[in-house]
Amino acid sequence: MALLQISEPGLSTAPHKHRLAVGIDLGTTNSLVATVRNGISVVLNDENGRALLPSVVRYLADGSVRVGDVAQAVQSEDPANTISSVKRFMGRGLSDIGGINGLPYRFVDAPGMVQLRTVAGVKSPVEVSAEILKVLRARAEDMLGGGLVGAVITVPAYFDDAQRQATKDAARLAGLNVLRLLNEPTAAAIAYGLDNAAEGVYAVYDLGGGTFDISILKLSRGVFEVLATNGDSALGGDDFDHRIYCWLLEKNNLSALGASDSRLLLTRARAAKEELTEHAETRLTANLRSGEAIDTVLTRQDFHAMSQNLVAHTLQPMRRALRDARLKVEDIKGVVMVGGATRMPQVQRAVAEFFGQTPLTNLDPDKVVALGAAIQANVLAGNRSGDDWLLLDVIPLSLGIETMGGLTEKIIPRNSTIPTARAQEFTTFKDGQTAMSIHVVQGERELVGDCRSLAKFELRGIPPMVAGAARIRITFQVDADGLLNVTARESVSGVEATVTVKPSYGLSDAEITRMLQDSSQHARDDMQLRALREQQVDAGQLLEAVENALAQDGADLLDQAGQTRIRGSMDELRAVLQTDDHHAIKRAITQLNDATVVFAQARMDKSVSRALGGRKLTDLEV
Amino acid sequence: MQAEVPGFQLDFFQLFGLPASYRLNNALLDQHYHILQEQVHPDRFSHLSEVERRVSMQWATRVNEAYQTLSDPTKRARYLLFLHGVDIQEECNTAMPADFLMEQMEWREAIEEARQVGDAAELDKLESRLLHEIHGLEAQLAARIDDLQDYAAAAGDVRKLKFLEKLVEEIASAFDALDS
Repeated sequence: MALLQISEPGLSTAPHKHRLAVGIDLGTTNSLVATVRNGISVVLNDENGRALLPSVVRYLADGSVRVGDVAQAVQSEDPANTISSVKRFMGRGLSDIGGINGLPYRFVDAPGMVQLRTVAGVKSPVEVSAEILKVLRARAEDMLGGGLVGAVITVPAYFDDAQRQATKDAARLAGLNVLRLLNEPTAAAIAYGLDNAAEGVYAVYDLGGGTFDISILKLSRGVFEVLATNGDSALGGDDFDHRIYCWLLEKNNLSALGASDSRLLLTRARAAKEELTEHAETRLTANLRSGEAIDTVLTRQDFHAMSQNLVAHTLQPMRRALRDARLKVEDIKGVVMVGGATRMPQVQRAVAEFFGQTPLTNLDPDKVVALGAAIQANVLAGNRSGDDWLLLDVIPLSLGIETMGGLTEKIIPRNSTIPTARAQEFTTFKDGQTAMSIHVVQGERELVGDCRSLAKFELRGIPPMVAGAARIRITFQVDADGLLNVTARESVSGVEATVTVKPSYGLSDAEITRMLQDSSQHARDDMQLRALREQQVDAGQLLEAVENALAQDGADLLDQAGQTRIRGSMDELRAVLQTDDHHAIKRAITQLNDATVVFAQARMDKSVSRALGGRKLTDLEV
Repeated sequence: MQAEVPGFQLDFFQLFGLPASYRLNNALLDQHYHILQEQVHPDRFSHLSEVERRVSMQWATRVNEAYQTLSDPTKRARYLLFLHGVDIQEECNTAMPADFLMEQMEWREAIEEARQVGDAAELDKLESRLLHEIHGLEAQLAARIDDLQDYAAAAGDVRKLKFLEKLVEEIASAFDALDS
């Protein structure tokens, strides 16, 4: 932390007030929480000193939930109610999930996202993920001794909109204020880059339990700029386990195993994989339900042979990312390895061969993502230190809409820096057409059927006109979380219609509220109290922010009437804050926000012109 | 939405504090891009009011759009011609010189052939030849826009560049096909 606090836009005038914020790596296999303490990013351990929380959730008949090691320990005894690797199901339909037959769960096909039937009822992957996040949130609040201002949750860079939306929903369900969804390789780059004062172009190779990402970043003077990203959101360490599992079945002539035997052998397969990182061979033993005993030796050589094409599978996204960044292998200064699966020697060798250099492994590949997320969370919460940096990230997959003949028209190309917006004009093709259906998709393929369908909606109320006369402007806005918002507007002869959609895989606010109620013992009271507390926190932050803004720029940018108007709205908010009417507080917050729009724009205008104005002077001196 | 935000009336060159010319100091462009994003990026405003977060997203979006336009030579040329009131007629003006169109056919055939036989080395060669051609056109554009102010001729160059960029995309998708 800087010793000297200089007041500038966006900086709290109360430097002593440290806002508690965390970074959470919500992983396929394990999850972690980290925070910045005394200027250093640290992973928070549980009471037994363990950093990694296995991403395993067990539902019991009485409705209670077990998360982590306790759930993992009984996985093969209660496979159907003990959910692991739920990240693979986030924002995914039943048909999207490969290898479903090998999984011991009772899947329920549901529109948008698959669900799982447990003894405690049908659960969405969002709810299962929220259980993991709740444990990490409680761990952080216990250890830090207070409520969290918010959290940065990491997602694979190659996650599409539906998967991102599902992750954000899970965090909200866990009662976390999401400061940002951050791409995992980018989080790793922050941790690595700041730790090593790295400059130049780096590749981050992130092979996790269930996802693979490759990101190419340019690091220069405190700027982390993602040039390109690529990957496979259904490839990870789990697939290596599965190869060993299949080999075991074949080797021992096993077929049609029950769910618990399957789970047992998968657990053994994972242990064998980890063993082979250090040893040339390993022994797999297990006692099956039938009484049959398994005792098989697997050599590293055989393991490498059976997993060779999985490793090769990661090379194609690497070539694509380099091509998108318009770079050659020689341009890469260093390769940062992230994710537990990068410990496998065959992975390290393949990456070293591809880039012609030894990959960097001086950071713990399990922890680096959470550490980077915590550093970003600290900044986003408003605990700015002297050494600021800028993060410029991209969207991984192109966004577009369906046009005639089932073809995709790209509106925002992949690897566009976010936030970004793009508008495109369309028209009617029939005389008197008064409605138009809009199908939003994500992906690189030409045919709509090969891309991911994100949302379908209708724009109605177009005035009847001859074909081709209507002007329908469709605007795609992608925010800093990489989430999409689509607006359609018809504007001819003064008639306008606007529709804003949220991707269909996401949950509506009503659904989130219902889930929150379901998960609460004293549903109504709890919800009221929670809403009140949230509004009070929001109001406090807003008042502080506006007070600071007025102190800095009020006299400069506003006339007396303008200042009085804002002060008036602030007084009103302070007054209702004394009551426990959360609706009234919310109204007063909205009113104060509205009153500050012009002021906020003027402030931004001022800081932009001042920034380049100052720069031009220094340029003249050079 | 965007037109209502004050400060957005500046054109992209003014926004970046750079002269409105085709020839550009790329290092300065990058530097100014970073300085602007440092001021407006949503990461700077995430703990502030909803209004400030929204204004920040609008500005950061605008700065990204400007950077994308100015950093890409073809987009920059198109934008400059737009500022000079020249309509490039990209959508309707298909009357390209016959020899240019003939060349396009040859390019396309060569790329398709390399794709069919999966010849990565040939694709590489085609790509560098194509980039060479593009760079030649860009040099011509610089002269026509900055030195001669011959915007009508420059519009023709931009139309040609659009064709060549399509070819670059085709080579990229041929590489993709090789990989899978």
